[in-house]
Amino acid sequence: MSRLISKRSNWSLPYAIFLIFFVALPLVLVAMYAFQDADGRFSLEGFGKFFHDPDALKTFAVSLEVAIETTLLCILIGYPAAWILASKKYNRSAVTIILFIMPMWVNALMRTLATAQLFMMLDVPLGKGTLLFGMVYDFLPFMIYPIYNVLSKMDKSYAEAAQDLGASPATVFRKVTLPLSMPGVWSGILMVFMPTVSTFAISEFLTNNKFKLFGTIIQDNINNGMWNYGAVLSLIMLVIIGITTLLSKDKGASAEEGLI
Amino acid sequence: MSEHIIEVQHLSKSFGNKKVLEDISFYIKKGEFITFLGPSGCGKTTLLRMIAGFLQPDEGTILMDGKDIAALPPHKRELNTVFQRYALFPHLDVYENIAFGLKLKGVPEKEIDQRVRKVLKLVAMSDYEDRDIETLSGGQQQRIAIARAIVNQPKILLLDEPLAALDLKMRKDMQIELKEMHRKLGITFIYVTHDQEEALTLSDTIVVMNEGRIQQIGTPTDIYNEPVNCFVADFIGESNILKGQMIRDRRVAFIKHEFDCVDEGFGEDVPVDVVVRPEDIYFTTDPAKCQFKAKVSSCIFKGVHYEMWVDTDSGFELMIQDYDPYPVGSEVMLYIDPDDIQVMKKERTANVFDGVVKSAEAVTIFGEDFPLATDLEPGTEVRVEVPFTGIDLMDNLDDGVVDGEVHFILYMGNHYHLQVRTEKGESVWVDTNDIWDKGDLVGIVIKPGTAKITPKNE
Repeated sequence: MSRLISKRSNWSLPYAIFLIFFVALPLVLVAMYAFQDADGRFSLEGFGKFFHDPDALKTFAVSLEVAIETTLLCILIGYPAAWILASKKYNRSAVTIILFIMPMWVNALMRTLATAQLFMMLDVPLGKGTLLFGMVYDFLPFMIYPIYNVLSKMDKSYAEAAQDLGASPATVFRKVTLPLSMPGVWSGILMVFMPTVSTFAISEFLTNNKFKLFGTIIQDNINNGMWNYGAVLSLIMLVIIGITTLLSKDKGASAEEGLI
Repeated sequence: MSEHIIEVQHLSKSFGNKKVLEDISFYIKKGEFITFLGPSGCGKTTLLRMIAGFLQPDEGTILMDGKDIAALPPHKRELNTVFQRYALFPHLDVYENIAFGLKLKGVPEKEIDQRVRKVLKLVAMSDYEDRDIETLSGGQQQRIAIARAIVNQPKILLLDEPLAALDLKMRKDMQIELKEMHRKLGITFIYVTHDQEEALTLSDTIVVMNEGRIQQIGTPTDIYNEPVNCFVADFIGESNILKGQMIRDRRVAFIKHEFDCVDEGFGEDVPVDVVVRPEDIYFTTDPAKCQFKAKVSSCIFKGVHYEMWVDTDSGFELMIQDYDPYPVGSEVMLYIDPDDIQVMKKERTANVFDGVVKSAEAVTIFGEDFPLATDLEPGTEVRVEVPFTGIDLMDNLDDGVVDGEVHFILYMGNHYHLQVRTEKGESVWVDTNDIWDKGDLVGIVIKPGTAKITPKNE
């Protein structure tokens, strides 16, 4: 027994078991179900159904659109916020940063429910606008934090050197600060785009299911016992997320190091 | 007037309530190599950053070519900086880094290309255009940083400790190259360093700074041969700094002997400080030339010369550098040329503190009550004069009335002269035989019977 514990590589055993049962096995199952029909025979029927189903394709396009819009909005709102937070001139206390990060402490589902209540109280019609609001509200901290992280660690002598060489403050930002902070932006894109493309709870609560997202139809299929088609849709989403991750992997590498 | 490319008048700057620069005035001649030299925290970098435009002075003006540049942001000043850590843009390659300034100015592509290539040749980095910054060594990055600055043909090149990150050999080589570059380009170089040897090697003019004030401005030989005070003498090169007494013009006493010197105008029987460089004390075998005798206590080979410590017949320790060694324990006869004795006015002869009488047994100084007997009325504002020997430093902070930190140490041949800083930044000067280290925390007390207390208004 003591030999078992003293060998360092054995310590990874519980984690390996966890990975096998809760990550690898479910993935294999999803893949298996996706390539089977209801009777358990090998079949590409599910994929055929998806690519010939205009409703599913439309939902898929809408999901991508909403995810891209959310990500863009998060960059537009989050970058300036991160920049202000990282600037010693405008922000002298760590409290403001915590205030920005604090929404992450509250469960996203609760925040979404509260937001929905708020909209109903104010008689705001639920639709795409409220959906985007909820998405941005939920995922903005994930954009701000990596950008803030990169900006606050950036050696300010780069900006000074650019200024010294004749760059006006606007040019310094465009030519030096922005390009040097791109790893943070890529990291933020990854962290916002991935969950938004697969979410279903937010659209359920904030549009009263008027707006169906890709996550919603996966949930519908699984709930209604359509395991094979649900697995096909899940697999397609995984591929999309995998591609985004690969695209931004090397670009965002340095920003993720400091993430909480 | 037009000879002075930069003129600085009564410049002051504080960060919070800490004064970093106090009433700085000087000018820089067109085309000269000027160095701000001082220990870390003396304000030299702050001064450079103000000239570059990254900091605004609290008081005073900076004139460039006779015009006030206070309102000019850094990107509009006709000068370029080589930063301490180079600050080369990591997202651009060598060529793009150097072309950065030229592109902003809208210089035609073809001219940019020519100028970049020319400057790369000047810093001996041709063929490196396409390299990434990260692939360059420290010395190579240094060269690119210089190239990026001078390609813009600035009127002034500012260099903020540019060689600090390089190893000794590389630093020596770069010093020669910088000097050569200065000669070729003919522009004004403003250089910041804490390395006195670097300053002596490179500069036409040195500005020695300490604690936010200019101590001395002069050529390297002036600064070395005729330091104006103990700080400069101690900071630049090796030196024997001793207490002395000016007897009359051209006659000074120290180490309990009298010497001829060349200094005049101090008055008669005036306490002074005396500096003698270790290479200016000579050995002799001629009893007629001998001015004082000593016994060699240590002898170390330093490469070019031997460094010896001797105990004089009058009980002082002196450092001597000579090409010939003298065995430890041997009795030697020594003399000093009148030319080589540098006499300096004493900056202070005693501590003077402001205080308020608390009671018959206590005076409040630095906000603390010192047990000093006085017959003045409580509440009287007083001037407390304490000789350097009247201060005692305590190992145990609880034994002192006020806490302090040893800030500056000078060996004066037979005792140490210390500057101790209190927590609030006041200076207390102490003569002691005890050995302290810089940064030691001490308790400060005033020895009974040493303080002279007089009402302030009289």
